[in-house]
Amino acid sequence: MQLSLLTLELAVVGLAFVVLLLDLWTPLEAKDRLSVVTAAGLALILALSFTLSGATPAVGFHGMFTQDALALFFKRFFLIAALSVVLMGWEFRDRIAQGHGEFNVLILIALAGMMFAASASDFVMVFVALELISVSFYILISFQRSRLHSLEAGVKYLILSALASSFLVFGIALIFGTGNSANFEALRFVGAKLALNKVFWLGLLMVLLGLAFKISAVPLQMWAPDVYQGAPTPVTAFLAVGSKAAGFILLLRVLLVAAPALAAHWSKLFILVAAVTILYGNLCAIPQRSLKRLLGYSSISNAGYLLLGVAALNASGAAALLYYLAGYLFTLAAAFTVICIVARESDDLSVLAGLHRRSPLLALALTLAMISLAGIPPLAGFLGKFLLLKAIIQQAPVDTAYLWLAGVTLAGVVISIYYYFGVIRAIYWAKQPDDLSAIPVSTPMRISLGLCIAGMLYLGIFPSLVWDSAAEAVKALKF
Amino acid sequence: MSPLTVIFVVPLLGALLLALIPRNFRFVIRSLALLATFVSMLAAINMFCEFSKGDAVRGYQFVEQHAWAPSLGISYHVGVDGINLGLILMGAVVLFAAACVSWRITDREKEYYILLLLMGGGILGAFASLDLFFFYFLHELALVPTFLMIGLWGKGDNKNYATFQITLYLSVGALLVLIGLLGVYLQLPVGQRTFDVVALTAYFKAHPMLPGPQHWIFPILLFGFGILVSLWPFHTWAPLGYGSAPTGTAMLHAGVLKKFGLYGLIRIALPFMPDEAQKWVYVLSALCLGNILYCGLVAMRQRNLNYLIGNSSVAHMGFAFLGIASLSLIGLTGTVVVMVAHGFLAALTFALSGYLNDEIKTLDIAEMGGLLRRLPFIGTAMIMAMLAGCGVPGFAGFPGEALVLFGNWDRSGTVTTLAVWGALVIGGVYMLRAIRHIWHGEKTWPELNDAPNLWRKLPYGLLLAGLLIFGCFPRLLTDNIKISIGPVVRAVGADPTETTPGFMPVIPRSRR
Repeated sequence: MQLSLLTLELAVVGLAFVVLLLDLWTPLEAKDRLSVVTAAGLALILALSFTLSGATPAVGFHGMFTQDALALFFKRFFLIAALSVVLMGWEFRDRIAQGHGEFNVLILIALAGMMFAASASDFVMVFVALELISVSFYILISFQRSRLHSLEAGVKYLILSALASSFLVFGIALIFGTGNSANFEALRFVGAKLALNKVFWLGLLMVLLGLAFKISAVPLQMWAPDVYQGAPTPVTAFLAVGSKAAGFILLLRVLLVAAPALAAHWSKLFILVAAVTILYGNLCAIPQRSLKRLLGYSSISNAGYLLLGVAALNASGAAALLYYLAGYLFTLAAAFTVICIVARESDDLSVLAGLHRRSPLLALALTLAMISLAGIPPLAGFLGKFLLLKAIIQQAPVDTAYLWLAGVTLAGVVISIYYYFGVIRAIYWAKQPDDLSAIPVSTPMRISLGLCIAGMLYLGIFPSLVWDSAAEAVKALKF
Repeated sequence: MSPLTVIFVVPLLGALLLALIPRNFRFVIRSLALLATFVSMLAAINMFCEFSKGDAVRGYQFVEQHAWAPSLGISYHVGVDGINLGLILMGAVVLFAAACVSWRITDREKEYYILLLLMGGGILGAFASLDLFFFYFLHELALVPTFLMIGLWGKGDNKNYATFQITLYLSVGALLVLIGLLGVYLQLPVGQRTFDVVALTAYFKAHPMLPGPQHWIFPILLFGFGILVSLWPFHTWAPLGYGSAPTGTAMLHAGVLKKFGLYGLIRIALPFMPDEAQKWVYVLSALCLGNILYCGLVAMRQRNLNYLIGNSSVAHMGFAFLGIASLSLIGLTGTVVVMVAHGFLAALTFALSGYLNDEIKTLDIAEMGGLLRRLPFIGTAMIMAMLAGCGVPGFAGFPGEALVLFGNWDRSGTVTTLAVWGALVIGGVYMLRAIRHIWHGEKTWPELNDAPNLWRKLPYGLLLAGLLIFGCFPRLLTDNIKISIGPVVRAVGADPTETTPGFMPVIPRSRR
């Protein structure tokens, strides 16, 4: 047994059990302390993750589990995401009728699934990790049992996710049948022969469909706005950041480790999917009035931008994807924290009216988040898009379709400026609402927002540190 | 530390400091903003005086370079040569003047000054940058406050429409530029890739860019930069945007930010892609006639003073483009002079029209008249600005436009003649008519405030001084510009020595 490889995952699962047990002895009025324990535990595990090094990749459990720099990058990412989601959950506590302990435990279990996904190097592991994530989310999304919207979102997610999982597992079966192995390295080894096998093609396409659901890319994107709108806000945040990133790490590994020959052969397919996803997300976001729904469509368009990094099929594309995700994490954490505090009854854009007078900090955080999503300096979103575009244009000599993709991206960014600025307009320009009472912001939320703003600015101005670690991490993909 | 760093970092630091000051300390906020812009202006004037002249000193001066993100080829690199020297001086003066005239803003003062300082610091940094990443980054940093300021403090019924129009147009332009710049960067072999302008210039001098990449990168850069400078027919955002913008924003954008596109064309597009430049100049010279003639005619029909100035500012950009299209030493030198001159001019006219609007609460020319009696100082300044706008000798616009026209004569006499028409006849008609309708006439006004003390007169005086000094002594600019433009012209294949060695622009006679 190489249990030492699983230190972080075991720590997260252990924390989940601790919280579950503590829940038994915590009185009802003190349940919010469970969030504090979870957050503290996650912070400790995050610190622990920095003592590990992925410089020399370690493989264990018969090649199913790989601990390399790429996996560690994503594990830290997931830990930070979960930490901010737990804090949001603490702010959200009064809107969850009961089961506060379980809420934290489920987040931790989904987190464990994501961390396993980051290390998965075998299709069986991929399936198990994804199911762990999905099943946790089935419950989390419909956690506000008394709200019809929440239940509706939960059912939608359940049905569509089950459909995607069935595609995935059928695809895996076909791959295993043709390649005689579910292991990425083994499949890579026989890749040249498999690249001609149409059944293998079908299997890989079905796996990609299953992953497209996770990252909310066309053609399996339609669930995102509905589910984002209905789910409790902290869960939406975790879905938008964590679940999407888990889909991308799997996509990177499946395409570039397991089937690099076929991936290169299919470059046009990825270009098409990325372009359609960007346009779909951005065009549909224009008429939205609901903030969470708008971010749902924005999340589809961001899946499209992230797919640029996959479509580029080069090291700088993959590194740019990682960088973009890092910026996306802080940006969305800031946006959803603000929504969590402000949008109590409704999440219509009109609740933002006069926010700059009611709470300057919240207005600032949401404005910066929108500017970052729109890809404007000096915030993280700009550098992320800059690096992705660089990777795409770098491929232009290989195939001029990449230039068209860059053009579509540009169109998407311009469209997105319209609706992101619509949010900013709703904050500053809107007709003054009747209610101008100050919104109290608790200290943990202040700290969390401050860190998100600092993160957005740091990633937008000082790319060196994170870019170098992203470039180091993608070496694991063996271009 | 290089004075360039001081010039643009001080306003940015000022913005950061302002963010920490509580909003009820209004006097402190305004003083701090004025102080930051004043320091920046002093540093710029000092740098302009210290700049070593003469053929012996070529290349960049006051250079400062630090590693930033070495793995991406990004470094912090600033430097100044003849081309951006005047622009930085002009930008710093306009920034200070814009802060001075903003005293009427009382609504959300803190945010206003933060955004103003971000705008000014950003664009000055973009002009100082010798690294394409920071060049683009800092320009974008300056651009976004423009949109927010028009939306928040703008005036007029079309404010929201204007905000969205200017945002979408300029974002398209900026993103095209981004793609073009990335294209340039990727032409270098892996391992040597850098955003450093000096290194790129040296590389493309030794290894000219292949025709294929030039073929797609040049038009992207031309139209990307062109949209940012309101190249006809992508100019419609400009008059409306400036008409709706608060005074300080209009001054900074029309005066300084807009020059970024021209600067980019001269600094990057022409020297890196000379072959395509040769092909595209015909298109460019046709389009710039659109600016000069079409927008001039549109300006003639305007009833709102701000729209008139906005259209005339678009028309002036036509001369800058015409100089670039000439691809000659004289023409390009003229373009740089036009850029500096128009910076002072646009800032001055928008400052004055903003003042007028605050005093009489309208910019409808038909409702004005006889104002010179009540506003002698503002009126005189505006009349001088308008004369400068139609290219009267003695103001900086004249040597610039004259050089552009001379430089362009060999390339196309027809175009030059048409441009002269646009400048002298059309420009003369709308400017003189505006002077008559606004300042002369029988209409009587109640008591108006005419910049009561020296402090209120200072910003207008500074901008007028800039126009007059460079108008009477254009060699202060041209001597440095021609040294730095020489390599650009040589790169595009023209021989800079074809002109007489001691080439000297016409010294205009003083007007009085």
